[in-house]
Amino acid sequence: MDLLIILASGVATGTVLLYATVGEAFAERSGILNLGVEGMMLIGAMAAYKTAAATGNAWLGLLVAMLAAGLISQVHAFITITLQADQVISGLALNFLATGISLVLGEGLTSLRDVVPQLPKFTIPGLAQIPWLGRVFFDNQSILVYAGFLFIPLAWYYINRTRPGLHLRAVGEYPAAADTLGIHVYFLRYFYVFVGGTLAGLAGATISLSISPGWFGALTTAGQGWIAVGLVIFAQWNPIRAAFGAYTFGALRRLVLDIQAPVLIFGLANPFYSNLNYAFFLKMLPYIFTVVFLVIGSREANRKRIGSPAALGLPYIRGQRGL
Amino acid sequence: MAEINNTKSASSWKFPFRIKIENRVDNPPKWLSPTLSVGAIIIALLIGAIVIWMGGGNPWAAYSHIAKYSLGSVGVLSDTLVKAIPLMLVGLACSIAFRMKLWNIGAEGQFFLGAFGASLVVLLPILPEDAPKWLFIITMAFFGMLFGALWGFIPGLLKARYNVNEIISTLMMNYIAIEWNNYFIYAVWSERGFQMSRMFQRNAWLPRLSDLSTRWPFFSGLTTHFGLVFAVLAAIILWLILSKSKWGYEIRLIGDNPKAAEYAGISIKKNIVLVMMVSGALAGLAGMSEIGGVVHRLQGAISPGYGYTGIIIAWLAKLNPLAVILASILFGALILAGREVQPAGIPTLIQGMIMVTLIASDFFYRNRVTIIRRVED
Repeated sequence: MDLLIILASGVATGTVLLYATVGEAFAERSGILNLGVEGMMLIGAMAAYKTAAATGNAWLGLLVAMLAAGLISQVHAFITITLQADQVISGLALNFLATGISLVLGEGLTSLRDVVPQLPKFTIPGLAQIPWLGRVFFDNQSILVYAGFLFIPLAWYYINRTRPGLHLRAVGEYPAAADTLGIHVYFLRYFYVFVGGTLAGLAGATISLSISPGWFGALTTAGQGWIAVGLVIFAQWNPIRAAFGAYTFGALRRLVLDIQAPVLIFGLANPFYSNLNYAFFLKMLPYIFTVVFLVIGSREANRKRIGSPAALGLPYIRGQRGL
Repeated sequence: MAEINNTKSASSWKFPFRIKIENRVDNPPKWLSPTLSVGAIIIALLIGAIVIWMGGGNPWAAYSHIAKYSLGSVGVLSDTLVKAIPLMLVGLACSIAFRMKLWNIGAEGQFFLGAFGASLVVLLPILPEDAPKWLFIITMAFFGMLFGALWGFIPGLLKARYNVNEIISTLMMNYIAIEWNNYFIYAVWSERGFQMSRMFQRNAWLPRLSDLSTRWPFFSGLTTHFGLVFAVLAAIILWLILSKSKWGYEIRLIGDNPKAAEYAGISIKKNIVLVMMVSGALAGLAGMSEIGGVVHRLQGAISPGYGYTGIIIAWLAKLNPLAVILASILFGALILAGREVQPAGIPTLIQGMIMVTLIASDFFYRNRVTIIRRVED
């Protein structure tokens, strides 16, 4: 059944969004909005691919990608935490900067296809035999997809059930109170911006070393970093909801690509097969759905009175009144 | 009053200077802001040079090429102005929105829709093929602004009605706009299978300086077009609105202090939608002037990211419409001559670098930073 293959590759594609979204959720939980996800993902994708090409080791590429994206995120951290500048405009700036750096350092990588090693793919015996679900989740997936399955509950547990997670939430909700309790507000904010950066780098590396291997300049991410920023709001800063959103969007992205292939759908003529020009409207769908998700998310948040972290977007200045 | 002691203190030896940082209470001197901006640009170019060198390029060759082929002669200066025209208009589009702290980063999409609207006039067609030139210019400008405003209206309404984050929605609208245009250039107006519409007839072209060369030979070959008049007029009108009118005061008040604006009885929701529409209309006009003045047909590659560069221009100009004119010429030069420089990402890199150093330099505007000799204690 073709649908299962589409869903399986949707899970793989969604893994990219999963890492980026949860990474951004970590940064925002600490009170720092980082709009540079798209740029950091590009840095990660470029660094991973370049390192793997140079050393022949995909794992080293993954490591360098996470470090490089984490490092570039500290530009945003310094400007917003220490210099107390506006987080929106600094995030936009980081995006330009990171995109530019990845384009300059990624020069010449486009032509390297087929010689660059990729991360391993394998089937999990036993689990893959589960009807339907096995084919979708456990059949010949990248190791990073499986790592994603483990990452979701761990991230949720860390944020909601551990002491460092409590500190993280405190710093984002009420930094002044956290400070009086001896929690290092500035350090933790730097740290979680770094965490967000490394996860965005991981997301980028997931693309270039595994899901759609290669370096295609700014088209490598094609706006997925921005979709991730949108998903964080839909996910209400919760890793489990983020995973739901990420896999849904992954499936949607694949559907858009794959729906043009079959001649018949459910026994009817496939309109997208006969007229390829409709594909342009299909390609709009992920972006339209992001906006729809935002509407749903904000209405739901209104109804349940779930807000963003209270100190999100605000600089913390020790000794000043306010949050 | 924040005072941070930034020096490392060792037990035996102490660094003889320390950095003192305090919030400015008084108004900073007039020269400070432009000095900081120039300093930020210089530092950005220096850091950019290091990255270019790391990427295997030659920073000096790249920079001198950009300077020479953007400002070096009247001919290239005219081409620089051609690039500066859409930048001015999108820079203005971002400025008015940002003044209200409304983060419209969808100028790119509104630009594409403006180009689409202007093309409708010629290709649908809305005007007969032999209509007079002035009628074409007015109608194309109207439809360009209308479609740009529509593309701004959607995220504006979503924010006012459902509190949808405009950063994400305007950005998503950019991708949607590009696919929308693609559909029309691939499927509807495709000329002989190419991904572009037919060339517009001559009377739908904006007049150029070179059109005057029969009377004044000096202008021959100069490409600067009538869009410059639109852009400069728009800058002056926007400056008047923002700094002299009641509406401009409302916009600034909402941006600086939304609570106070609400108590003053100003409708924030109405202004969100209105300002998004004006912002979109300006970006749409940029798309129209690019189509009418440069490209003369609808095609895919009509913007090297003008809409995004507009964000940086607005910031460099400190959201001042008149300063946008100057900042646009600078970035026009970068985009024009940067096309031929290798590696290809250099213009984007320099733009990003300038924006980062600009934002960082703002710290010295808000705070007084002094290095003082440590007094023995």
